[in-house]
Amino acid sequence: MNILSVLVIIPLLTMLALFVSKGQKFVRTVVTAGFGLQLLCAVAMAVMFLQERAVSDAPMLLCSDTVWYAPFNIHYTVGVDGISVVMILLSAVVAFAGVFSAWNMERDFFAWYSLLSIGVFGYFISLDLFAMFMFYEIALIPMFLLIGVWGTGKKIYAATKLTLMLMGGSAFLLTGILGIYFTSGASSMNIMEIVQTGIPVNHQYWIFCLTFIGFGVLGALFPFHTWSPDGHAAAPTSVSMLHAGVLMKLGGYGCFRVAIFLMPQAAQELSWIFLILTGIGVVYGAYGAVVQTDLKYMNAYSSVSHCGMVLFAILMLNQTAMTGAVLQMLSHGLMTALFFSLIGMIYGRTHTRDIREMGGLMRIMPFASVGYVIAGFASLGLPGFSGFVAEMTIFIGSFEHADMFRRVLTILATTSIVVTAVYILRTVGKVLYGPVQNPEHLKLDDAHWYERFSAVALIVCIVAIGVWPSGVQGIIYDSLAPIVEHLNLF
Amino acid sequence: MISMEHYLVVSSIMFFVGIYGFIARKNLLAVLISIELILNSVEINFSVFNRYLYPEHMEGVFFSLFGIAISAAETAVAIAIMINVYRLASNIDIRHIDKLKY
Amino acid sequence: MGFSVYIILVPMLMFLVIGLGSTKLSPRAAGIFGTLGLSVSAVLSYITAFRYFFAEGLQEGIYSSITAWSVEWLRFSDKLHIDMGVLLDPISVMMLVVITTVSLMVHIYSFGYMKGERGFQRYYAFLSLFSFSMLGLVVATNIFQMYIFWELVGASSYLLIGFYYTKPAAIAASKKAFIVTRFADLGFLIGILIISFCTGTFDFGLLTADNASLAVTSMAGGSFLGLSTATWAMTLLFMGAAGKSAMFPLHIWLPDAMEGPTPVSALIHAATMVVAGVYLVARMFPLYLFAAPDVLTLITYVGAFTALFAAIIAIRQTDIKRVLAFSTISQIAYMMVALGVSGMGGHAGEGYTASMFHLFTHAFFKALLFLGAGSVIHAVHSNEMEAMGGLRKYMPVTHWTFLIACLSIAGIPPFSGFFSKDEILSAAFSHDKVVFVVLLLVAGITAFYMFRLYYRIFWGAERQYEKHPHEAPSVMFIPLVFLALLSCLTGWIPFSHFISSDSVPYDLGINWWIAAGGILVSLIGIIMATRLYRRESDLPERIASRWAGFWNAAAHRFYIDQAWLFVTKKIIFRCISTPIAWFDRHVIDGAISGLGTGTEKLSGAIKGIQSGRIQTYAAVFVWGVIIIAVCVFIF
Repeated sequence: MNILSVLVIIPLLTMLALFVSKGQKFVRTVVTAGFGLQLLCAVAMAVMFLQERAVSDAPMLLCSDTVWYAPFNIHYTVGVDGISVVMILLSAVVAFAGVFSAWNMERDFFAWYSLLSIGVFGYFISLDLFAMFMFYEIALIPMFLLIGVWGTGKKIYAATKLTLMLMGGSAFLLTGILGIYFTSGASSMNIMEIVQTGIPVNHQYWIFCLTFIGFGVLGALFPFHTWSPDGHAAAPTSVSMLHAGVLMKLGGYGCFRVAIFLMPQAAQELSWIFLILTGIGVVYGAYGAVVQTDLKYMNAYSSVSHCGMVLFAILMLNQTAMTGAVLQMLSHGLMTALFFSLIGMIYGRTHTRDIREMGGLMRIMPFASVGYVIAGFASLGLPGFSGFVAEMTIFIGSFEHADMFRRVLTILATTSIVVTAVYILRTVGKVLYGPVQNPEHLKLDDAHWYERFSAVALIVCIVAIGVWPSGVQGIIYDSLAPIVEHLNLF
Repeated sequence: MISMEHYLVVSSIMFFVGIYGFIARKNLLAVLISIELILNSVEINFSVFNRYLYPEHMEGVFFSLFGIAISAAETAVAIAIMINVYRLASNIDIRHIDKLKY
Repeated sequence: MGFSVYIILVPMLMFLVIGLGSTKLSPRAAGIFGTLGLSVSAVLSYITAFRYFFAEGLQEGIYSSITAWSVEWLRFSDKLHIDMGVLLDPISVMMLVVITTVSLMVHIYSFGYMKGERGFQRYYAFLSLFSFSMLGLVVATNIFQMYIFWELVGASSYLLIGFYYTKPAAIAASKKAFIVTRFADLGFLIGILIISFCTGTFDFGLLTADNASLAVTSMAGGSFLGLSTATWAMTLLFMGAAGKSAMFPLHIWLPDAMEGPTPVSALIHAATMVVAGVYLVARMFPLYLFAAPDVLTLITYVGAFTALFAAIIAIRQTDIKRVLAFSTISQIAYMMVALGVSGMGGHAGEGYTASMFHLFTHAFFKALLFLGAGSVIHAVHSNEMEAMGGLRKYMPVTHWTFLIACLSIAGIPPFSGFFSKDEILSAAFSHDKVVFVVLLLVAGITAFYMFRLYYRIFWGAERQYEKHPHEAPSVMFIPLVFLALLSCLTGWIPFSHFISSDSVPYDLGINWWIAAGGILVSLIGIIMATRLYRRESDLPERIASRWAGFWNAAAHRFYIDQAWLFVTKKIIFRCISTPIAWFDRHVIDGAISGLGTGTEKLSGAIKGIQSGRIQTYAAVFVWGVIIIAVCVFIF
């Protein structure tokens, strides 16, 4: 069996196994085994990919194809290139770490969590637009239950808002996909085939806008980002991790894989509109985060800024900036998952996320606090962490554009790194340093082993990419070469 | 000679009277009578068309007979409903029967 | 000389060992690990310096740049890539010696100063991290490597300033230091973007080769808002340098940074990190000189103004560490001016040599001043001059070493400061008379405030000390003595034989006319300080009251901090962030929620049609049929 399909089957089996398992201990064993296996499998897949890439220069590797619904010629087509490999590794790591952050959750939670993973992994391996869309929807639906049932605060409101907004995006998307299907002249919905046949330019414009906005909603494209603060704030820890860490990347990946890759002319001509939007998003998110008082809200706005950077770089349509975009997805995924995991630890103990009510946590929970400082440094782009590599690649790549409009936008985007420093250090100073605000907090304990495990796993990945970026950067950069060449044909 | 048109005029009048009654009358019994008027106007039409256009066939007449049977059954059901409505509301004003909404 | 990479890697290793094992290691073990690591680095850098200057570096009469070690770290595109490497040339080797020496002294000194502090291991871990970053910065082979380590020194400085993290003042100071320098680094980054875009390389060797011809040709022609590309790029680079080196108006973080432990101030905020800006300008000097000479003029004037400005403020400070902080700002500005007035090659490049020379001597005597101040603070448990007086009897070693340092910074021969300051004055004199006069004035003020500090600490009436002040333990005064020796001796090094703007050794004598003027001005300053502060009197008060407004402004550091605070608090927080947050919650989110509630309202409005009355439905149906019938009939 194709290794890529295994990536979808493992969470499916995990979910089925969960339905027959009883007792917290057994559930934990099943979930840990399932997602551990998934991680191993993802690593094995990456190794196989690298081996195969050494001998083949096909754009997509490890492919497999099965007819799914013959009348419309819908196939279940899978295949990966360097970008999807990186995304799959990210998802596997974050999902695995998320299990440990959700250590005390019940069986049904993990069942939905597994379903979510099926959607995520299926999405990244699919090459058929229909299958891709279906997995995308599979990933969205469990989110409603995970937030609505196990969330905190205004959870029903948040879950409804999030689901409805993303469904709205899906509506755009579905229209766009049907548009691609009927105008491209290809016999199937296979992305690689559609690229060959091409889409008539007059149709490209509206399809590009629809698909870019459709995926952009999930990628926190300004002004369609408002599901993010409420959704993240209400979601339970591991769902926030998976959502901000992986699900938001579905948006960026889709913008790149569908909107830009299939509609190159429209992308060239219309990119300025979306560049302005994302440029606003980058700076706007950063300034918005400065005055937040809720840790999760702050992080959500910071995600708007960082994910805005992803879309911003993708729209620059050159190889360096796009490499930076994928690196930023990777880096932001790990970093924000780490942030949410630590916020979950702090919230689980202090029962507040309001930074005005906390202080001096460094003395009380040193592990969580040091982790938070590290996450903060990674977020503000300190060298040695993944964020720096990603942001610098984006800036260098964006600045390569000879046209003044893009360069001025790039310079505006770079200002966000200063604002990021402001809000990160403000939070660190208020929450972790200083005297203890609430004497009750003195009784709290530090992180448990499973929480430590989750945080350490993520920190190791962040530092590994930050210290030795050329490995992962090389994979992405090489895979982008044919794509950028294709884009520049027009 | 009574032509087909005469019959049709009568049945049309019956039909529209029935429609008017159905829409305007507030008493359930009157509404039921209006429905009967509509049905009967249709049955007249069936018979008339049969008799004038295709005298060698009998389907129209049979259909009228069939309709009469149906309307009899329907009347029985309707009156049963009316009795129940009367038991619930002590009257048979149609304005009380508006639970079928949203 | 590939071994020189270990100069950098050993402190990194020590950081990892101490940092990861901080809960397991005893404080003593952590300190020993850190100190040993740095001793290894120091020895290696002495070997490197010796071999570079006396054996391998000088080829055909020119000090060549040697890339001792290099590896490609990240490739952006076909042309642009970041390498991590070790570049050995006169200034980087000189910096290696300065950093490892001062850092080693601080490591040893901290054993005594930080004894019994909570977080002793953390302190040594951060010191190692800082040493690693700073060493990585100076040996950078390309501008991006420099930027990377530039950021890392900023972060380690943040961590060390905020070492006492329960003290609100320390938290605020660390935050301020990081954000201000980060803001300046934004300029640095954009400068790098412009330079790399135009020249297609980050490499210092390629950028500065042949009088920076690559940069000159590639940046020619373009302009933006009336200034040429080169001017923009180099000004933005200077912005980064000004942030790190605390040039006006980005100097506000440095005085506050004194909230950190005193040895840290000696290492980071006096001897090494703050001169990184000077080092950057020196590194890019050919670009400044040939591609953007107008920026060099800007540097000169900013430097001269900062030197005077900081010196005036220093007179009015009462916290001894702040006096030293402003004196640091003023001295670094001196170095900047020296670079600004320099030309290229031989005696025209006197300013370049002088700047590096002053950097070298200043590192030792300023570290000595800080460590001496640390030992005073250790004894009296206060930073305020009010709490001190008459300490010379109790702390003889500290007293004498402090005096040497004061004489050195005041520029009195034969101490090291005299030699380097004389070269700077001479360079300024041959370039710009106004700047020269300003610098001369600053030299006098420097002598005055340093001796004010000296007299108020060690002379004057004794205070009521809670505990009897005592001399520092030997682990603290050995570094003092060693640095005092360096302050006496380093001036005699024939610096122009090693460092020059074009790497060709030349002879640079002392310009005795200017030296005489400098000494005279300094002596006037010292005499005035002696007259005013040797004994307690009300004379200083009376003089001050004549220019009360001016003096008060100086005491409040001319309200620059308030101005910045206004910009950040009022403008960024109130006028940008709060409205944006409001806009997001109410307008954008409101629009989305409005879509939801709008749909709900609409469905509420139209659900009345579904009334449940059969007769209504029938009426609508009939009318519908009639309308359709009529339509069909008509069309």
